[in-house]
Amino acid sequence: MSANHDRANLLEVRGLTKIFGTLTACNHIDLNIARGEIHALLGENGAGKSTLVKMLFGSLEPNSGEIFWDGEAVRITSPGVAKKLGIGMVFQHFSLFEALTAAENIALSLNDGSPISTIAAKARALSYSYGLPLDPESLVGDLSVGERQRIEIIRCLLQTPQLIILDEPTSVLTPQEADKLFETLERLRSEGKSILYISHRLEEVKRICDRATVLRHGKVVGHCNPRQETAASLARMMVGNEVKAVVRAPAEGIETAPALLEIRGLTRKPATPFAIPLKNINLSVRAGEVIGIAGVAGNGQGEFFESVSGEVLQQDAGSVRIRGKDAGALSITGRRLMGAAFVPEERLGHGAAPRMRLSENLLLSRHATDGKSFVGSGGMVKNGSVYSAAQRIIATMDVRKSAPDPEAAALSGGNLQKFIVGRELDRKPSVMVVNQPTWGVDAGAAAHIRQALIELARSGSAVLVISQDLDELFELSDAIAVMHNGELSAPLPIAEATFEKIGLLMGGAEPGHAEHTMETA
Amino acid sequence: MDITVNILLTIATAATPLLIAAIGELVVERSGVLNLGVEGMMIMGAVGGFGAGYLTGSPWIGLLAAIIVGALFSLLFAVMTLSLATNQVATGLSLTLLGLGLSGMIGTSFVGQPGVRLPNLDIPGLSSIPVVGKLIFGQDPLFYLSIALTAAVMWFLFKTRTGLTLRSIGDSHSSAHALGIKVIRYRYLAVIFGGACAGLAGGHLSLVYTPQWVENMSAGRGWIALALVVFASWRPWRVLAGAYIFGAVWIGQLHAQAFGIPVPSQFLSSLPYLATIVVLVLISRNKRLTMMNTPASLGQPFVPDR
Repeated sequence: MSANHDRANLLEVRGLTKIFGTLTACNHIDLNIARGEIHALLGENGAGKSTLVKMLFGSLEPNSGEIFWDGEAVRITSPGVAKKLGIGMVFQHFSLFEALTAAENIALSLNDGSPISTIAAKARALSYSYGLPLDPESLVGDLSVGERQRIEIIRCLLQTPQLIILDEPTSVLTPQEADKLFETLERLRSEGKSILYISHRLEEVKRICDRATVLRHGKVVGHCNPRQETAASLARMMVGNEVKAVVRAPAEGIETAPALLEIRGLTRKPATPFAIPLKNINLSVRAGEVIGIAGVAGNGQGEFFESVSGEVLQQDAGSVRIRGKDAGALSITGRRLMGAAFVPEERLGHGAAPRMRLSENLLLSRHATDGKSFVGSGGMVKNGSVYSAAQRIIATMDVRKSAPDPEAAALSGGNLQKFIVGRELDRKPSVMVVNQPTWGVDAGAAAHIRQALIELARSGSAVLVISQDLDELFELSDAIAVMHNGELSAPLPIAEATFEKIGLLMGGAEPGHAEHTMETA
Repeated sequence: MDITVNILLTIATAATPLLIAAIGELVVERSGVLNLGVEGMMIMGAVGGFGAGYLTGSPWIGLLAAIIVGALFSLLFAVMTLSLATNQVATGLSLTLLGLGLSGMIGTSFVGQPGVRLPNLDIPGLSSIPVVGKLIFGQDPLFYLSIALTAAVMWFLFKTRTGLTLRSIGDSHSSAHALGIKVIRYRYLAVIFGGACAGLAGGHLSLVYTPQWVENMSAGRGWIALALVVFASWRPWRVLAGAYIFGAVWIGQLHAQAFGIPVPSQFLSSLPYLATIVVLVLISRNKRLTMMNTPASLGQPFVPDR
C-alpha cells in the first residue's frame, strides 16, 4: 500500500464500517495506536465500541474499511488470525468456562499442545511476577469476578501479544483491585506493549491513558489527550451535550421516620453449587431515604434481591417486613399489594417480556395491584386504560421509541430501563427495590432514572438500590451498605463514606479492622 | 455353575448395545448437542447391518454397514441442527420417527430370513477354562469393543487436549467461539461419532443379540441409552455401571417371570427402569459434581454472528 502508513503506529484503522440491518454500528472509524501507549476508546453504551473491538479481534467481519498492522494491510478473519498477529483480548463478559479449572481455561486458548501441568506452572509463575496471584488448579465457577479477570489477563499475556485490548475491565472490580490492574497496565506499557482501553469511566481514563478516541453513535467524534481534559469535557464529547447533574436534596427528619422495609436475620442456603448463601442480613430502610447496596458482582446481591422481592419465599415470615407487617411468606404479588415495587436486574426476559408490547408488559406487572383500573367485570382487560397508562409512563420518563406501543425488545436498553423503572414509579410505591438501575444505560437516561428515584424517596417512600456502580451509589444514596460473600455490612452514612472505605468492605475487610488489614496486606 | 455363567453372559449381551449407544451419545452431549434420534439411528444400523450381512453372508461387512448407516443418518441430523440451526429436540424426535418408519420399509423383504451371526471369541485353550474362560475369553467381539470404547472415551475426554476442547464447547459455545475454536466442526464430528456408535449398537442387535430382522427390534433401547447418559451425569464409567445394572435387572426379572413368582409381570418388567434410575440417582447425588459435568449449553443452537 501507500507509504504514508506510519510504521510508528502498531495498529492503524481506516474507514472501518459495520452495518447490522438498518443500524450502522460503526461508521468509517479511523483509529491509530502507537507502540507503548495506553489508548482509550471512549463512548456511551451503544456508541459502537464493542463492535469496533470485535472487528479488531476477528469475531466480526467489517463491511468495509482497512486495518494496517505494523504498516501492512491485514484481514483479521478470525480470533485465531488476531492472536497470530499479536492481538490479545480481555473480554468484558468473561469468556471463561465455569466447569473447567483455570489452567484448563488457559490451555484452551494457547493451542501449543504442551501438557496442562506445564501450562499451569507457566501461568503461576507469570501471575506472581505481575503481582496477580492465581491458583491454576481452582475451578473457575468458584472464583470471584476479580480472580476470573486475572485468568483472562494471564491467558492473554501468555500469548505475548503486542496489543492488548481490555473491554470495560474495571466495571467488576473493587477500587483496590482496579489500582492493582492499573499497575499491571503501566508495567506492560513500560515493556513497550500497546493497550487499547475501553471504558466509560472518565477518571480512570484521565489517570492512565495517553490518548483517547471518542465514539458517538458509531462515529469518531474526536481524538484528545485525556490528561488535558476535564471529566466534564470528556463527558460532553461522549454524550454530545451537557449531562444534567443529579441533585440530591437533603433528607430531613429521616431519624424519626418509620422503617418501611425491614430485613431481619435473613438467611438463605445456596440453591445451586455456584450460588452464594445469605448470612443473617439485617437492614431497615426508612421513609424518605435511599439506601445503596454496593458489592462486587456475584457476592449474593442476586440472591438477596430474589428474597426481598418474593421470587423466593422465606421460611421465616418475619425476615422481610414491609410497612411493619411480615411479608416473608408472601409472593411477589402479595408484596406488591402491600405497597412494594421491584425492578430486577435483567431488562429483557426478567424485567420485561421481550416480544410483548409495552402496554402488555405494564399489564403483566400491575394486573393485581391495579386490578380495578386495568381489569373490568368478568376478567376482561380494559385495553384502553392500560394503553393510556403506558403512554403516561412513556411521557413522564421520556421514553424514546419508534412506534406508539412497540415491543419491549424494539427499545434500546436505556429507554426500556426508563420504561421499566417508570412502570413501578407510576404506582407511587411506598417501598421500591431496584437491582442495577442503570446498568448499560447511557448517561442521560441514567441521570433521569437516578433523579426519579431520589424524588420518590423524598416524597416519603423507602428506596433500596443494589448496584455495582460506586459512582451511582455515591450520587443517589443517603447511606451505603456493602455486600460481601453473602453478608451485609452496616450502612455507612454518605457523609462518612469514601471510595476507599467502601472498596475495602467490598474486598471483604472487616469494618473496624480496615486499617489493620491495610498494614498486614 | 453353568447357569450362573450363562446368566452373566446374557447380562453382558443385553448391556453391550446400551453401553455402545450411550457412550456415543455421551460424546455428542458433551459437545453441547442433544440428539434424541438415538433410537432411529440404532434401528437404521440394525436394518443396514442385517441387510449387508444377509446379502454378502459376512457378519463383519454387516457390522461395517451398520456403522456407516448410523453415521450417515446422524449426518442428516447434523446438517439440520448445526448448519441450519433447527431445534434439536424436534429434529431428534423426527430422526427417530423417520428411522423407525424407513427401517420398516427397507426391511420388508428381510422379515423371516435367517441372518448371519458374529462368531464369539474363541481362543484355543483360554476360552475353554471353566467359568472364567467363557466370561473373559469367549464373548462376542462387540463386548470387548464396548469396554475398550468406554475406556477410550474416558481417556479422550479427560486426558487429551481435543477432549478438553470438546468439553469446553459443551460448557459454553460462545466462549469457545470467542477463543477461535471451530464449534460447528467439532459438533459435526461428535454427532457423527454418536451416529456411528448408535449404528454399531443397532448392528449388535441384528448380528449378535438376535441374528434376524424384526421391525422395531430396537424396542426402546435408544431411549434407555439416552436416559442412561443423563442419569449417569455425563460420566463414562457411570454409563457403564448403568448399562450393566439395567442389563442385570432385565435378565433377572426375565428369570423371575419364568420361575412364576407371584408378582405381577408388569411390575417385574418395570424393575430394570426403576433400579437403574434409583442407583444412578444415588451415585450422582453430589450436586456440585453433577453441575460441573452437565454440559451447560446442551441443546442450544449455535449461530455465530459475523
